[in-house]
Amino acid sequence: MEYITPENILDTSSTRILCCQCAVPIEANPSNMCVACLRAHVDITDGIPKQATLFFCRGCERYLQPPAEWIVCALESRELLALCLKRLKGLNRVKLIDAGFAWTEPHSKRIKVKLTVQGEVMGGAVLQQTFIVEFNIQHQMCDACHRSEAQDYWRALVQVRQRANNRKTFYYLEQLILKHKAHENTLGIKPNHDGLDFFYVSENHARKMVDFLHSVLPIKCQHSKKLISHDIHSNIYNYKFTFSIEIVPLSKDSVVCLPKKLTHQLGSISPICLVHRVTSTIHLIDPNTGQVCDVSSTNYWRNPFTPICNPKQLVEYIVMDIDILKDNEKKSFPGQGMVSNKHVVADVWVVKASELGLDVSPVHTRTHLGHILKPGDTVLGYNLSDSNVNDTNLDKLDSSVVPDVFLVKKYYGEKAARRRARNWKLKHMAEELHEGLSSTNDDYNEFLDDLEEDPAFRQNINIFKDANKVPVDTDEIDPTLPRITLAEMLDDLNIEDVEMSEV
Amino acid sequence: MAVRVQFENNNEVGVFSKLTNAYCLVAIGGSENFYSVFEAELAETIPVVHVSIGGCRIIGRMSVANKNGLLVPSSTTDTELQHIRNSLPDNVKVQRVEERLSALGNVIACNDYVALVHPDLDRDTEEILADTLNVEVFRQTVAGNVLVGSYAALSNRGGLVHPKTTIQDQDELSSLLQVPLVAGTVNRGSEVVAAGMVVNDWCAFCGLDTTSTEISVIESVFKINDGKPTAINSTMRASLIDSMS
Repeated sequence: MEYITPENILDTSSTRILCCQCAVPIEANPSNMCVACLRAHVDITDGIPKQATLFFCRGCERYLQPPAEWIVCALESRELLALCLKRLKGLNRVKLIDAGFAWTEPHSKRIKVKLTVQGEVMGGAVLQQTFIVEFNIQHQMCDACHRSEAQDYWRALVQVRQRANNRKTFYYLEQLILKHKAHENTLGIKPNHDGLDFFYVSENHARKMVDFLHSVLPIKCQHSKKLISHDIHSNIYNYKFTFSIEIVPLSKDSVVCLPKKLTHQLGSISPICLVHRVTSTIHLIDPNTGQVCDVSSTNYWRNPFTPICNPKQLVEYIVMDIDILKDNEKKSFPGQGMVSNKHVVADVWVVKASELGLDVSPVHTRTHLGHILKPGDTVLGYNLSDSNVNDTNLDKLDSSVVPDVFLVKKYYGEKAARRRARNWKLKHMAEELHEGLSSTNDDYNEFLDDLEEDPAFRQNINIFKDANKVPVDTDEIDPTLPRITLAEMLDDLNIEDVEMSEV
Repeated sequence: MAVRVQFENNNEVGVFSKLTNAYCLVAIGGSENFYSVFEAELAETIPVVHVSIGGCRIIGRMSVANKNGLLVPSSTTDTELQHIRNSLPDNVKVQRVEERLSALGNVIACNDYVALVHPDLDRDTEEILADTLNVEVFRQTVAGNVLVGSYAALSNRGGLVHPKTTIQDQDELSSLLQVPLVAGTVNRGSEVVAAGMVVNDWCAFCGLDTTSTEISVIESVFKINDGKPTAINSTMRASLIDSMS
């Protein structure tokens, strides 16, 4: 260790001049003042406010980051420090060296931040200064809390409605929404008379839902908005948006009578058709010829038609005889639309199951189910000759064209047996929602039956293995029953919490 | 006696005036305040003259002068030159020089015996300078600055130089000039000392911003305190007290 005398310090080669204010000998610097005079003369923290305000929402314990963001930050956290520094104007004119919190009582509604800044003064001299900024915390309710306080959560509503007799389309829609996770942004889903209401925070989310519905179902959409409040000075308008969505009132296995104009458009299909499937378009099939066609939603809403028979009216028939139509017997004409090659057109002779054994002659009809029907099978169909239909399109038709019996689908025995054999399940958006939806549980079971019978119908749906189902002896199950293969099923995520033993 | 003065709100008084032991040049300003301060202080002893050089007011930076002579740049018009010649005492030689570095006041610092000049100054100018002003010429820098005329204010009794001038440089310069030098500032820390003040052997004028510390440094190095008051204090004091008692 060497002792440095004061003379040694003064004897350095550099010049010492007198500070121009206080005459203290100093080394020459750009301002030619001593540090004390410079501090007294200029304040580099001049443009920085020493007090500022932070807004805090007591409801959700978040801080306001202007203009409109609310962020969660703990006391003395990095996030809070960042927020405090952002609130200080004029910090960009100096160089921030250090920032930290000075301790304050948590209940004092004060936050003290200690800042060290460097600034350039008077032609190049760099001055460092430490000071404390006090933040005053004021309460302000955030937008979200304000809304919930005012019982005013949603801003956009999507009303999905179907004016039909059964709910199968809604069950299908529910599965589609689940598969595509289209319900993620909803605030709530509420069952309503013949439909569902989806609530959203913003119009964009609602629009997204509408777009999704457009892509999966034939729908019609109407948009309206209601002015809640507005500020003429800043040109801000607060609306509630409502999207009214109407799904086509047709479901699988309904019979429709098409307007004449539409039949021409659709490849001269017979006016009386079966709704074979409803996806983003309506798939129709003519059982007489096996001709199929797709009606798009725009096409449908241009020429709307209603079902003349609904699945509720299905009657059981027994097949007495079946005669598959040979190729040369099939009628075809120029301009005919596509003919299904999955279906086989056949002549059938049926008797009502209720009249079986009585002395009645079998009724002849044509069906597209030739590939699955054999004599003795039970089949479901509509008794058109005895039903009373109010339909303007049907009235215009020649009665000879209307078949007496219209077969729809094969009947696979007892419903209970099928339910027992079912080793899969579907997910639901909310159980209570489901309770509200299913006026009768039959609709839901029929929907499940439809899924089993039509692989194309279930390709957009997630089907899960039902682990709770008691395995049924496979011998008991009728091998002819349509079933879903194991390859199509998904394993459900199952988190089990093991009960801890008590000490 | 050091006097604070301002030229039209500007503290750089060395730019707008030139002071020697034989005469004083003052720029033509909007008002006569600046001129009046000089006149009040100097009129009894030396002529104070209104001057412009090449139509400009920055005469202090454009010209170099001592009691023997005055050098003006080539931009000076004939009428201006004639006016200067008419106004100055007859023994003062006035000379116009063709010099690339036309701001002569910035590149030359001088008293009545020695001149420090910019290292790149023309040989011819150097000769004219030596002849006209009767000075010894040295090519020098002050604290690494080539503009010696801006960063050094000299009189025959002392000199003030740029605050960053090292001790070695000061020693070297003062041995050339044969006067004591000190590093200092004017106008509250301004380092262009020659632009902030003018000085001769008994009087100094500096900018209005100059602090008392700077004034005291200036008075002590140029020894302008020991004019009449000090004479009264020291040499005449005894006889005065004798006569009064």
